[in-house]
Amino acid sequence: MLKIENLHARVEGKEILKGLSLTVNAGEVHAIMGPNGAGKSTLGHVLSGREGYEVTAGSVSYHGNDLLALEPEARAAAGVFLAFQYPVEIPGVNNTYFLRAALNAQRKRRGEKELDSMQFLKLVREKIKVMQISDELLHRAVNTGFSGGEKKRNEIFQMAVLEPQLAILDETDSGLDIDALKQVAQGVNLLRSPQRAFLMITHYQRLLDYVVPDFVHVLADGRIVESGDKSLALKLEEHGYSGIGASQPTGAAA
Amino acid sequence: MSQPATLPLVSSLLDAPLPSSGMTWLDTARRENREAFAAGGLPDTRVEAWKYTALRALGQRRFGHVDDVAQRPAVDAPTLALPGVDGPRLVFVNGVFCADLSVLDRLPEGLTLQPLSQALRGDPEPLRFALSRHYREVGDAFARINAAYATDGVVLRVAAHAKIVAPVQLVFVGAAAETDLAWHVRNVIALGEGAELSLVEQYMAAGEQAQLATLVSDIELGEGARLQHVVLQNAAIGSSLIRRSSVRLQARAHATVHALELGGALVRHDLQADLVGDASRLDTRGIFMPHGRQHIDTQLAIRHQALHTVSSSNWRGVANDRARGVFRGAIVVAPGADGSDASLSNKNLLLSPAAEIDTKPELEIHADEVKAAHGATVGQLDERSLFYLRSRGIPQADARALLTAAFCRAVLDDLPNEVLRDHLSAMLIAQLPNT
Repeated sequence: MLKIENLHARVEGKEILKGLSLTVNAGEVHAIMGPNGAGKSTLGHVLSGREGYEVTAGSVSYHGNDLLALEPEARAAAGVFLAFQYPVEIPGVNNTYFLRAALNAQRKRRGEKELDSMQFLKLVREKIKVMQISDELLHRAVNTGFSGGEKKRNEIFQMAVLEPQLAILDETDSGLDIDALKQVAQGVNLLRSPQRAFLMITHYQRLLDYVVPDFVHVLADGRIVESGDKSLALKLEEHGYSGIGASQPTGAAA
Repeated sequence: MSQPATLPLVSSLLDAPLPSSGMTWLDTARRENREAFAAGGLPDTRVEAWKYTALRALGQRRFGHVDDVAQRPAVDAPTLALPGVDGPRLVFVNGVFCADLSVLDRLPEGLTLQPLSQALRGDPEPLRFALSRHYREVGDAFARINAAYATDGVVLRVAAHAKIVAPVQLVFVGAAAETDLAWHVRNVIALGEGAELSLVEQYMAAGEQAQLATLVSDIELGEGARLQHVVLQNAAIGSSLIRRSSVRLQARAHATVHALELGGALVRHDLQADLVGDASRLDTRGIFMPHGRQHIDTQLAIRHQALHTVSSSNWRGVANDRARGVFRGAIVVAPGADGSDASLSNKNLLLSPAAEIDTKPELEIHADEVKAAHGATVGQLDERSLFYLRSRGIPQADARALLTAAFCRAVLDDLPNEVLRDHLSAMLIAQLPNT
C-alpha cells in the first residue's frame, strides 16, 4: 500500500528526514517510535502534504502512485488520514457541518454519490455510538473549547466517519490520561481491518499496550534505525532510545 | 478656491437645476448648501476623514440628473423581496419614490411611513429642523450636495409606545438608465418614547451602472425606544455610494445596527451616533467585504454624552483581489458621561497579497469610571486551519471560503431575525471567492 524509499525532507532549510525507508501493507499496524526531534511528526506531515515540508530526495508511492505529487485534499480522498498531534480549533465552523463537507468532498472527488443530510446523520449516529463520543461535541465548533481528550477522540471519530485506508496517528496518545487513552485505543482497534493500515507515531510505549502493533520501528536522526515486532517496544521501554541502532552498521549519527 | 469647482464631477452636479419647493426656508437652505458645495468642492486626502479614500477618479466623472431621463427604468418587483422581511415597504428607484413597487397598505397602528416628496406637500413643518441644516466641515461635500438636491427619501415615524414588529423595508435601487445618474436621498426617521421598530435598509442594483448616490439619514430614538436596524448594501459593483447616518439616542434608548457592505465601487458610510440620554445604548455589528477593485470605507463616530451610556461595536473586514477596506472607529466619552462603557473591535482578513485594509480605532475619554476596550487586527487565514480542513479532503478554495465565512459569522450571530440572518449569511458566502 505504502512504500517510502530513501525519503529526505527539509523544514525551514533544516534537513529532518535523512533517508527514511518503510513499507506498509494493507491490514498492518506499524508503530514508529523515537526520541524528540527524530523526525516523527515531520514524517506524518510530509505524508499528508503540509506546506513548508520540502522533499529533497526519495519517493513515496501509495497504491503504486506518487503520493507526493498530490494536494492534501487529493491524498485525503485517496484514503490517507492524519490524526493530528495538536488538532486545530476552528471557531465558527460546526463540527458536523465540517465533517459532512469533508466526507462529501472526498466522495465527489472519488466519483461517488454525495450523502444527503439524512444519510449523513444516520452514518454519524452509528459511528458516535461506537466511538463513545458525546452528542454535544457534534454541535460545537470544530475542536473549539474541547478538552485535550475530547480533541483526540474527535480525531478518531473523524477517522471512523471518513474510513481511510491509511491512517497516520501522530502522537494521538500524548496528553491523555489512562481512561482517555483506553477509549482512543478502543476506537482504533475497532477500525482495524484487513483493508486498512495504521502508522502510529508515538513517543511512549504505553499506547502499544492497548493497540498491539505488527511492527515497531525506531526513528532516530531522520532514519529508521531499527525494526522489529512488538518486543522492540518493550526493549525500548527498558533501555530507552540511547542504545538503539548503535550496534548497526547503518546506525544513526549521535 | 475656484479650482475645486472646475472638477467635472462638481460642475456636472451643479449643472442640475436646483429644486424649488415654494417654501422659503427650504429653498434658502438648498441654495446655501449648493453654494457651500460649489465653494468647497471635494475633500482631498489631506482632510483627515478622507485620508484613505481618494476621490480623484470620481472627481473626473460626470453624472446626469434624474430629470434628464425620460422613462423610469424597469425594476422587477420580486427581486425586492427579502426572506424574513414582510412588513411595509418603501421603494426608491434612482432616488425617486415608486408607489407601484412599494407596499404601504395596512400600515400598523402607530406607524407613519411616506416618501419625503409627499410629506413636504402635506405637513413640512416637522421636517424643517432636519432639512434646513448647514454642513460646515470641509469633508461634508456630499452632505451639502445632498441637502441642496435631495427631493425624496423616507419619512418614518413611530408613535410613542407603538411596537412595529414586522420589519419595515426601505429599498434603494440603482437602475441602469441611458446615462449614469447622480441621485440624492434624504431620510428622516423618528421613534417616539418607548416605541419599537425593526428596520431593514437595502441597497441593490437593477442592471449594471456606475451611478453616484448620496444618502443622508437622521434617526432619532426617544426615551426608552428600541431600534433593530439591518443594512444590506449590495449596490451595483460599478457605483459610488456615499451615506451619512446620524443617530441620536435619548435616555434608555437602545439601537442595534447590523450592516453588511458588499456592493459598490466606491462606498463610504459615516455613522455618527450621539448617546445623549442617560443609560442609552448602541450596538453596531458589521461586515465589509470588498473584492475586485472595490473600495469600502466605514467611519463610526460614537459620542457618549450622558451617564452610564453603553456602546459596543464589532466589525469584520475581508478584502480580496486588489480591493481596499477602510475602517475608522472613533469613540469619544465626553466630560460628564461617567460610568460609560465603550468597546470596539475590528478584525480584518486579507485574502490576497494585493488587498489592503486600513483600520484606525480611536478612543478619547474625558469622564470618570469609564470602561473602555478597543482593538483592531489585520491578518490572513490561519495556515494551520487551512491545512487541517484540506487534510480532511476539503478543497483549498472551499476551505478558504469556509474559514472566511466563519470569521464573519460571529458578527451576525446576535441578529434576532433568524430567517434574515440565514439569508445574509448566504449572501456573504456567495460573495466569497471560488464558491
